[in-house]
Amino acid sequence: MFEIIGERINGLFLDIREAIANKDPKPIRDWAVKQAEKGAYWLDINTGPIASKEEQAEIMAWLVKTAQEAVDLPCCIDTTNPLAMEAGLKVHKGKAMINSTTAEQAKMDIFLPMAANYGAAIVGLAMNEKGVPKSAEDRTALAMELVANADAYGISPVDLYIDPLVLPVNVAQEHGPECLEALRQVKLLSNPAPKTTVGLSNISQKAPNRPLINRTFLAMAMVCGLDSAVMDACDDDLVDTAATASIILNQSIYCDSYLKTFRQK
Amino acid sequence: MAVTIAKERWTSKVAEMTLGPKGLKVGGESTLPFLHFEGEMPNRPVTALEVFDMEPQDWPDILKEPFADVLNDPVAWAKKVVEYGADMVALRLMSAHPDWKDASADEVAKTAKAVAEAIDVPLIVLGCGVEEKDGQILPVVAEALEGKKCLIGCATADNYKSITAAVNGYGHSVIASSPLDINLCKQLNILITEMGLPLDRIAFDPLVGALGYGIEYAYSIMERARMGALTGDKMLATPIVCFVGMEAWKAKEAKDPDVPEWGPQADRAILWETTTATTFAIAGGTIFILRHPESMKRFNAFIDEAMKPNAY
Repeated sequence: MFEIIGERINGLFLDIREAIANKDPKPIRDWAVKQAEKGAYWLDINTGPIASKEEQAEIMAWLVKTAQEAVDLPCCIDTTNPLAMEAGLKVHKGKAMINSTTAEQAKMDIFLPMAANYGAAIVGLAMNEKGVPKSAEDRTALAMELVANADAYGISPVDLYIDPLVLPVNVAQEHGPECLEALRQVKLLSNPAPKTTVGLSNISQKAPNRPLINRTFLAMAMVCGLDSAVMDACDDDLVDTAATASIILNQSIYCDSYLKTFRQK
Repeated sequence: MAVTIAKERWTSKVAEMTLGPKGLKVGGESTLPFLHFEGEMPNRPVTALEVFDMEPQDWPDILKEPFADVLNDPVAWAKKVVEYGADMVALRLMSAHPDWKDASADEVAKTAKAVAEAIDVPLIVLGCGVEEKDGQILPVVAEALEGKKCLIGCATADNYKSITAAVNGYGHSVIASSPLDINLCKQLNILITEMGLPLDRIAFDPLVGALGYGIEYAYSIMERARMGALTGDKMLATPIVCFVGMEAWKAKEAKDPDVPEWGPQADRAILWETTTATTFAIAGGTIFILRHPESMKRFNAFIDEAMKPNAY
């Protein structure tokens, strides 16, 4: 089953930033409900680049609680700040997702034990202190580091979501095929295979025809083994594309109402 | 070096249905059939024997013999089925068939109620098989049986609306029947849930064939549906009804008394029904509607063995 991680509760969006500033739960709840109805499996929660680290922790806890009061969905807690991460995990109901660690040892040593401790899934970015590798092979090598380190903490590959990192097609075109190939290779790293994810809308940053680029890339990436994506759950054409790709890949049993059942949990 | 047992990790499970006055549970498994080392199979597959509401016209003598004194009395027949040890009674309202007595909804509902009140096991009520007629009689039957938590069928793409509404309103469960097509099976389950009946009150019937008569088609459907169910495809994660008796006793190997080279009919007929049933148990069948008590006994002997723990 393809897992949509709804991207909308993010302080980068103006309405969410204002909701955070005013402690107004309504926009958070509304977006939680709307994304759930549109087929989100996880809710990405990101405070945005505001406030101090301590305030971020408090805001994250509030966002997670507010979202989970509105819907029965798990959250993908999206921050680089370990304090905010832990604050979100503490108040989270059910199995959370940590978004994310890189393959840097120092980061893995913070976030992997946290995932093990809270029984959370975790996103592992195929990058390290040197940045995002160019080739598929180098991305896969970093993915292997993530799989091995996760295993050392007793985290199963099925709870590790490798993100091979998508770069915008208009400035880093040569990364496209490498990223897709990395998805294929990651699926061969272990048995059971690691899960995979991407931040989908990166592919179309600052390009015209963003929705078209997003959904084309999504279908291509699913063929290569993409299991989930942080994406716009409210883009109906995009979700329809995911549903149709999942039918063609025989991931769920065809029926005439498949566009609808894909959105039901 | 110790052998590592490869175990599949399933993420979902089949809905658990509760039937009858004592709350018989069926379904609920979180692994493929009998792989107790990979998951739970909380309830064993269950059996029902068929009872007709009129003397069956096309049953061979060997099948009539265990019920010889009750073939004209559905209530007595149902009691006999319980004595034989069936988990449920499956009452087939054949008299409603336009080619037979064309009995009215009220007439068959009266019979159904009498049978339900004579037994303490769950009752399955089956229409006459003519979709239009079943769409008329089964809602009336459902009303007459209010509170008995029966399993009522079969609902098809053409008549599911009236049947589902009544089943939902009077607290029963429904059998959703589609002809050997997994996509149609799923679609019908969806249409029924969209009318408000929860998934744990639907069992689907993929239309099984007997051994030698297309058994492999239904086998593949069940296998695919189970693997889907265990990986999160909820719309097929319901118990599966197998009309084994009806199909097995259509086979010439079961009903033809005069083929000496095939051996005695008493042996091969029972074997035909038993083998068809055990095959579907392995494929993921849940509710087995049989006809001969001896087949049921042998089937249960197989299930006894298959349900023994095999955890590593």
